[in-house]
Amino acid sequence: MKLNTNAEITWCPGCGNFGILAALKNAVNDLVAEGTPKENIVIASGIGCHAKIVDYINVNSFYSIHGRVPPTLTGMKLANKNLVAIGFAGDGDMYDEGISHLIHAAKRNTDITMVIHDNRVFALTTGQFTATSPRGFRGKSTPNGSVENPLNPLKLMLSAGATFVARGYAGNPNHLKELIKKAARHKGFSFVEVLQPCVVFNNTYQEYNRKVYDLSEDNHDTSSLDAAMKKADEWKERIPIGVFYEKESKVFEDNF
Amino acid sequence: MNTVTIGGKAGEGVKAFGKLFSKIISQLGYYIFVLDDYPSLITGGHNFNKISFDKKPLYSHYVETDVLVAIDEKTIKQHKNELKKGGIIIYDSNSVKSKGIGVPSLDIVNEVGGTRIMRNVALLGALSFVLGIDFKYVEKVLKETYPKAVEKNVAIAKKGYEFAKKNSKKVMVLKKIGSPKDIMTGNTAIAYGAVNAGLNHYIAYPMTPATSILHYLAKNSSKFGVKVVQAENEISVINMALGSAYAGAKTMIGTSGGGFALMNEALSLAGMSETPLVIAEIQRPGPSTGVPTYTSQADLNFVLNAGHGEFPKIVVAPGTNEQAFYKSAEALYLAWKYQAPVIVLGDKHLGESIKTIEIKLSKAKKAKGKISKGGKNYKRYSITKDGVSPIAFPGTKDTIVKSSSYEHDEFGITTEDPVVVKKMQDKRLMKMKSIEKEIEKLEAVKVYGRGKNVVLTWGSSIGAVLEAAKQLKNVKIVQPIYMMPFPKKEVAKHLRGAGKIVCVEANAMGQLADLIKLHTGIEIDKRVLKYDSREFNPTELLKQLKRWLK
Repeated sequence: MKLNTNAEITWCPGCGNFGILAALKNAVNDLVAEGTPKENIVIASGIGCHAKIVDYINVNSFYSIHGRVPPTLTGMKLANKNLVAIGFAGDGDMYDEGISHLIHAAKRNTDITMVIHDNRVFALTTGQFTATSPRGFRGKSTPNGSVENPLNPLKLMLSAGATFVARGYAGNPNHLKELIKKAARHKGFSFVEVLQPCVVFNNTYQEYNRKVYDLSEDNHDTSSLDAAMKKADEWKERIPIGVFYEKESKVFEDNF
Repeated sequence: MNTVTIGGKAGEGVKAFGKLFSKIISQLGYYIFVLDDYPSLITGGHNFNKISFDKKPLYSHYVETDVLVAIDEKTIKQHKNELKKGGIIIYDSNSVKSKGIGVPSLDIVNEVGGTRIMRNVALLGALSFVLGIDFKYVEKVLKETYPKAVEKNVAIAKKGYEFAKKNSKKVMVLKKIGSPKDIMTGNTAIAYGAVNAGLNHYIAYPMTPATSILHYLAKNSSKFGVKVVQAENEISVINMALGSAYAGAKTMIGTSGGGFALMNEALSLAGMSETPLVIAEIQRPGPSTGVPTYTSQADLNFVLNAGHGEFPKIVVAPGTNEQAFYKSAEALYLAWKYQAPVIVLGDKHLGESIKTIEIKLSKAKKAKGKISKGGKNYKRYSITKDGVSPIAFPGTKDTIVKSSSYEHDEFGITTEDPVVVKKMQDKRLMKMKSIEKEIEKLEAVKVYGRGKNVVLTWGSSIGAVLEAAKQLKNVKIVQPIYMMPFPKKEVAKHLRGAGKIVCVEANAMGQLADLIKLHTGIEIDKRVLKYDSREFNPTELLKQLKRWLK
């Protein structure tokens, strides 16, 4: 299936976004092959490097504004429950600008998927710290290092009531593809945090390649919120990817 | 024309009294106008309603009172000077000392085993006797309003009625003069108009004085088939609405000035992405928190200039219940026809005053829009003569619908090419030309009466102006209803060659007068401005107009 558009891809060579785009395209191909009508797939993005993804794949899309993807998708689902709505946002977009929307979408259990391109830096604005930048991060707005601790998005989402919480790695597009498919199929709010190296402002490839491991090889119980919380704390030595938590629950738009 | 004033503390049933009494009077065939005045608190303070009624169409409440009904002492202190000569006071003798008709309403409530809040019903019964209203109308309205507590309410009202019969005289006899009149608030009319135009979704965050739209539609959600969502903040509200409209649902949102300020970024997104949307902006006095439960017309400049960048936008400002209904329907119709944001600019006085409404549902516009069947070559932003690109929705077979906040080509893909950027901006602005033409065919300016002198006004202030004008000669009243695009030719036509021109509006700067100057070059220096957070009082306004037009 032709999923390319005529748009010229303007991400930096080596950008983690290429891995995410490849994973998305393969996920869409699989979903369509497995019976999801292509016309029912709709994606949305915020503003930032991540957001260009809507131009690079030939599916329905809404190029939204900074931080506002969750309500945009919620509105779509309110209008048409058959849509498979997948949102993309960056860490600055979602954990800074629009964090309240993310929390509320999780709390509502709207049947949407949010994929967060978390490169732990504002990249398109040329390198400032975000809500997930490590303390001490040196950027143009924090020449002496950021004085704020990063937040833990997975724990935040687990506490907010997200019914599907996962983490992928842009350096492992095949694994990420499976996560996006699972998230899209999950009935309820799905959260997929993606470790995304930024080759210019925060190159984490080496660190992630060394630390990342697949949760499914670790006998992790995805039905346990406690286990998920514990795994979400793991970061220093090893970084787990895969499905942390999964649960069935009534979705928001089915109440109308 | 007569007026009843009822006052008491918040939580003592003042508003309920106003509603019940206006329903009773409307049953008799009278025109009514109810001012609901309340401070921003839940219990205590001082609330009052002024219920004016007349045999002929009535456009405003009056302050001067025939019967003052007091649930508490403060009501008497605050309103006794408003009593007309021969006016009387009905009061709760269990808690108030006064001249007039003391009704032991707490005793009555206790005899029937009711609760303290039902004192208002005892007073309502007494009032009905004093005004010579047949008790059957009181009973009918109580049955309709409190189906779960009919017996107690009717018993309490009856006791109040009988008490007044024994202890006082009728001051007038209000008989049935015509078929029952429909009543609603302006906010209800705005909601109802949109529903009649085909509304699918209403999304809001609570904010006075727009909240009653949310309440009304939530309550009637199944009846109207409208999905109602309360979102986490106004930013979410408008973005959710854009997602909803993108996927094909006719959507309205509502707020007041502060909430609308939060929506501005996405208002511009509606303009760029060409997503149909109706926003009810129900004004209250600012700046900032201002005076939350009172009225103002100071957001006109704000809404006209809202949203960064340049894009087609429509602003309509109804002033009466009828206009609220028809123009709100028209707003949804225009939003979908031109794929643009439409702001219905109301205010607290329009939104929360209960008024008689005379409308024909079949006359309400229906929202349709230029819908595309899509297809492989579908372009969301195809360039057309009138600037309107046929709209398709996600879920349409073999069709890709790409909407964007970014400047984009016809397909919806981002562009920064200066040639395409200009072409797309021209396309969008072409819609404004089409809208201007259409507005000329709609009622964009309402003109009342004939005369050499002109009184200009807009929004809810039309009510007091029309009442004052009942006492004025040689005066034409000109009410622009569309503020954007502004019907400049028509307004100028009425102003050129006019005698004296006065502009009446509830703000401190004379924003309509300035807008007219901007569009027509005509300077209006006679400005009657009210910005003490209260609506115009027709009696005072008459004095001011007489002075200006002398």
